[in-house]
Amino acid sequence: MRKISRLSRFNVASLALGLAFLYLPILILVIYSFNASRLVTVWGGWSLRWYHEFFNDRAMIEAAWMSLRVAASSATIATLLGTLAAVALSRGERFRGRTLFSGMLYAPLVMPEVITGLSLLLLFVALNAERGFWTVTIAHTTLTMCFVAVVVQSRLGSLDRSLEEAAMDLGCNPVRAFVAVTLPLIAPAIVAGWMLAFTLSLDDLVIASFTTGPGSATLPIRIYSEVRLGVKPEINAICTLVIGLIAVVIVIASLASKLSSSQGESAAPL
Amino acid sequence: MSGRRIFARPARFAAIAPYLWMVLFFLVPFAFVLKISLSQTAIAQPPYEPVFDLTAGWEALKAAFGALSLDNFRLLGSDDIYVFAYVRSLTVAVTATALLLVIGYPIAYGMARLPRRWQAVAMVLVIVPFWTSFLIRIYAWINILQHDGLLNQTLLALHLVSQPVVWLSTDTAMYIGIVYSYLPFMILPLYATLAKMEPVLEEAASDLGAPPWQVFWLVTFPLSLPGVGAGVLLCFIPIVGEFVIPDLLAGSNALMIGQTLWLEFFTNKDWPVASAAAIVLLVVLLVPLLLYERLQKRQLEQGR
Amino acid sequence: MTDELPRTDVAADAAGADTHPAAGQPLLRIEGVAKTFGMFRAVDGVSLDIKAGEFFALLGPSGCGKTTLLRMLAGFEAPDEGRILLGGEDIAQALPHQRPINMMFQNYALFPHLSVRDNIAFGLKRAGMARADIATRVSEMVALVKLEGLEKRKPDQLSGGQRQRVALARALARRPQLLLLDEPLAALDKKLREDTQGELMELQRRLGMTFIIVTHDQEEAMTMASRIGVMKAGQLVQVASPRELYEAPRSRWIAEFVGDINLFEGESRLRDGHRLVIGTRDAGTLVVAEPREPVGAGKFAVAIRPEKVKLSRRGPVSEAGHETALNRLDGVIADICYLGGTTTYRVKLDTGGMMQASVANSARLDVDAYSLNQHVVAWFTPDDCVVLPS
Repeated sequence: MRKISRLSRFNVASLALGLAFLYLPILILVIYSFNASRLVTVWGGWSLRWYHEFFNDRAMIEAAWMSLRVAASSATIATLLGTLAAVALSRGERFRGRTLFSGMLYAPLVMPEVITGLSLLLLFVALNAERGFWTVTIAHTTLTMCFVAVVVQSRLGSLDRSLEEAAMDLGCNPVRAFVAVTLPLIAPAIVAGWMLAFTLSLDDLVIASFTTGPGSATLPIRIYSEVRLGVKPEINAICTLVIGLIAVVIVIASLASKLSSSQGESAAPL
Repeated sequence: MSGRRIFARPARFAAIAPYLWMVLFFLVPFAFVLKISLSQTAIAQPPYEPVFDLTAGWEALKAAFGALSLDNFRLLGSDDIYVFAYVRSLTVAVTATALLLVIGYPIAYGMARLPRRWQAVAMVLVIVPFWTSFLIRIYAWINILQHDGLLNQTLLALHLVSQPVVWLSTDTAMYIGIVYSYLPFMILPLYATLAKMEPVLEEAASDLGAPPWQVFWLVTFPLSLPGVGAGVLLCFIPIVGEFVIPDLLAGSNALMIGQTLWLEFFTNKDWPVASAAAIVLLVVLLVPLLLYERLQKRQLEQGR
Repeated sequence: MTDELPRTDVAADAAGADTHPAAGQPLLRIEGVAKTFGMFRAVDGVSLDIKAGEFFALLGPSGCGKTTLLRMLAGFEAPDEGRILLGGEDIAQALPHQRPINMMFQNYALFPHLSVRDNIAFGLKRAGMARADIATRVSEMVALVKLEGLEKRKPDQLSGGQRQRVALARALARRPQLLLLDEPLAALDKKLREDTQGELMELQRRLGMTFIIVTHDQEEAMTMASRIGVMKAGQLVQVASPRELYEAPRSRWIAEFVGDINLFEGESRLRDGHRLVIGTRDAGTLVVAEPREPVGAGKFAVAIRPEKVKLSRRGPVSEAGHETALNRLDGVIADICYLGGTTTYRVKLDTGGMMQASVANSARLDVDAYSLNQHVVAWFTPDDCVVLPS
């Protein structure tokens, strides 16, 4: 335990500057989304004009809806697969192909997105798959399940193994010990993994560009093509909405994990 | 005591589904990239040949193998555009990573010195921007950096410049964008090692007569090296293959390899060359990738 | 889901009164059990019988294999060789949840997401006990370990001592035939540890249960256990009562591991009735009682516990002392260590060696105390000495 914190003026200054650097641009973006003026840089008073514009922009709305669907389904599949992978890696001891398995799980974390996107597109073309919702979902699942696996695995790794042993000692078979003891304890990590997968998918431009087909653009693809043409106030409004959505997801998830840790009796379903 | 075998069998069953998924959607696609990088460009849909046709029998397969060629790789080596693109990617990545380390270290150090309760808050504050979209964060900077953007307005109002400075489409803008986007990736591993470090060690060093800068240089910094390594790799590797930030913020006269690949693929429709470029990029990144994997493994094992 | 058992007989009244094997047969029989991790032979052919109702301690330094042996009894490790018989049935390959054995873990392993009550009820639910019976049993257990009023708390809202009690209650709730305790008191401070030792012994006597405790603390083992098995490098080197272990250790290593001791190396010179005369390098010629198992000629070590060594200014005082105290060694006080109840003197012998003597401080004023560099005679009887193979 650290009793005295020795914060120097330098420490405080670098922290404050760092946080300002991280937050100011986003804050400015949000404020300007409420700007009445068409000129992005001239303040013309508060207005919801650009939000109206967005809600009347059918192409944007469709792209946003597509992104949300892809994010929700790929995050769910990725959470399932990633959790299974984490369990296999942290509890499976040695099995054949383990090195290859963990290699495959770590590689996409650091692989340039252009390569992941390119390789998946080539696969889909070879399989003659129709590109659209499902190809993007599969591509995002492949990427995000690796993040879920890392998050859940680190929680599993820090979990005291004698808890599982105690459960077995008290009459659980291995699977049941996992469900009754391990699962409730790693639930926050699983929730965090889902959130991470959801936002990563919502965020992705490169892989989606490669794997989607004509007529099914995701929100980042639409935003990107607009941004290349210059700053538009409507984009500020869309970005603000996305930030708001992500903030809500984070708040809900952190509340959920707090709840699950405070009411233990209901957290034990068996 | 390592013999926790009881859980091993059911846990191994858990591997089946993710294993198959990764083989199908990660490993197999790579085989395709490799194969197509060895194929000829064709004006067709899809724009490459030959394609393996396993139903055509042995002779056709042999013919297909015979048609494989290293031409695309030869092209990459001889065409200045690609050589420059690789060199530029590496230069940008090295510069940006160095900037990130210099900027990120003081912040991480400041966080680790906060009282326990505030450390958690600071960590959340650093992570939250990472949750907001990558693209949005770059867009936020376009807002600020454009010709009549907030930065130029401020500079003009303060009479620091007499006319607007061109920020967009410069390397400065690109470095700002990269540092901004990757800062959490540098801070978090640094913070993790700095926070774990016993403060007594620094106290012991100053007790033994080391002035503050020596305490930092002889004790704090060497002990934070694992974090430095993780942060550097975590930033360096993806920056080399970065596409969005240089595309939106830097000028179009010097392209990074990610942009070249994108261009080859979408604009020139030269899939074989794009695949070959991807293979070369991967080979360039293989050393830091393996380093990263080893580091990650060691950290996981230590966490046990 | 049903467990294919031998299930804990949770309905039995007292701790397995009817599950005990016939008298004379041991409850637990360990036969030639061995376990290797990679190149390391953690447990190397251990055989041991434990009777029902015993309080048995496995004692040894860290890494001696005692915890591995305990984990094999609980079922977390499968032995590579040998058999583990519980009530005559081989359970060596049974999984932990199939054994009527429970364990109290070193760090307690309380489920952090469950309340005290749910932690204690955990094993009972697994055994398929009726809801009402579970409630009764849990409150019984809570009363047994004196945790009334804390049933709804989570483990992180408890003190170390309270956590220890929850762990104990949870392990006892299933009324196992055998309770394993892995360093159960290591996390407690000294005073609390001593109190808890007493409570554990009392509990074990009252329930008539069989306890096996693993510890590296020899005092703890001596205080609590009725029998102690000392382990070294994977092997059981001596199994004996605390007294026997202390007064008649089987080897030099055990003598030094359990308590303080003076050791003098030497060779036997001659035999005189029941006595051996041994010439030592550091303490001259010593007369010692012949050990129970006769020894031949050769090299020996003579061992004397410090409290068996008496000090005086001029040799034995009493008449009887003159007759029996055949060993008298002159020396000067080299070091004084005052410990409250006793004082340990280190005496530099004229023959060259050092000897420790522990003297009870039976008077409050220090009239009898010796001072540094004072000349003294250290004396002891042949029966006070133990002859150990060198």
